[in-house]
Amino acid sequence: MGNLDIKLKVDASGLSCPLPILKASQGIKSVASGELVEVVATDPGSVKDFEAWSKSTGNAMVEHSAEGGKFRYVIRRK
Amino acid sequence: MTAAAADKPKKLVIICYSGELEKTWATMILASTAGAMEMETTVFVTFWGLQTFVKDKKRITGENWMQKMMSFMQRPGASHRPLSKMNFMGMGPWMMFKLAKKYNVAKPKDLLEMAQAVGVTFLPCQMTMDMFGLKREDLIDGMGEPVGAATALQLMTEADSTLFI
Repeated sequence: MGNLDIKLKVDASGLSCPLPILKASQGIKSVASGELVEVVATDPGSVKDFEAWSKSTGNAMVEHSAEGGKFRYVIRRK
Repeated sequence: MTAAAADKPKKLVIICYSGELEKTWATMILASTAGAMEMETTVFVTFWGLQTFVKDKKRITGENWMQKMMSFMQRPGASHRPLSKMNFMGMGPWMMFKLAKKYNVAKPKDLLEMAQAVGVTFLPCQMTMDMFGLKREDLIDGMGEPVGAATALQLMTEADSTLFI
């Protein structure tokens, strides 16, 4: 966990659908190909949504976890 | 699979026909998210839907008294959409916006701006513009060239998914 080189952290806590995805999309566009973005959301629907978004865009989900109502996603830009 | 699937972007066409708040919300949520999912997204804006794309601060639009009266009776702009149910002279939408703020839900206008920022194309219907007397400068910035039914149909037949909202 600690050894990932996160380039950008996006806090989407408290935001409702589709804002976590829109924020992730903005974030991923601001880093270079191969770099990592971490998104934290509290929207339970975001679990499936991030899977779908990753599949659709080709930006790979490197890691995801859920802890205490917080959902954390680490995505690598295609 | 993901790499191959993502190489050829999926195409989505939304026909934005309705002007009510709840349907506008659906259009804007789907359009902005499709853009974020890197789908090639086009929204053909026609009939009541075009009222949403008139600048918020425009109060009266149109050239003759009938068009002006139409715009007077249904205030144009993305921030002034009525609900199809429980509108109660604007009380319904006011409560909806209160709830949206409380639960951190983006308003249609914000989502529209985000959709434009991720490259979603909004095409106004020429016929609707003519009938309501709407000019290009009445509409929000960043819209595409006005087009007609043939363009909409061609886009629809080439799309992976089409929605009529």
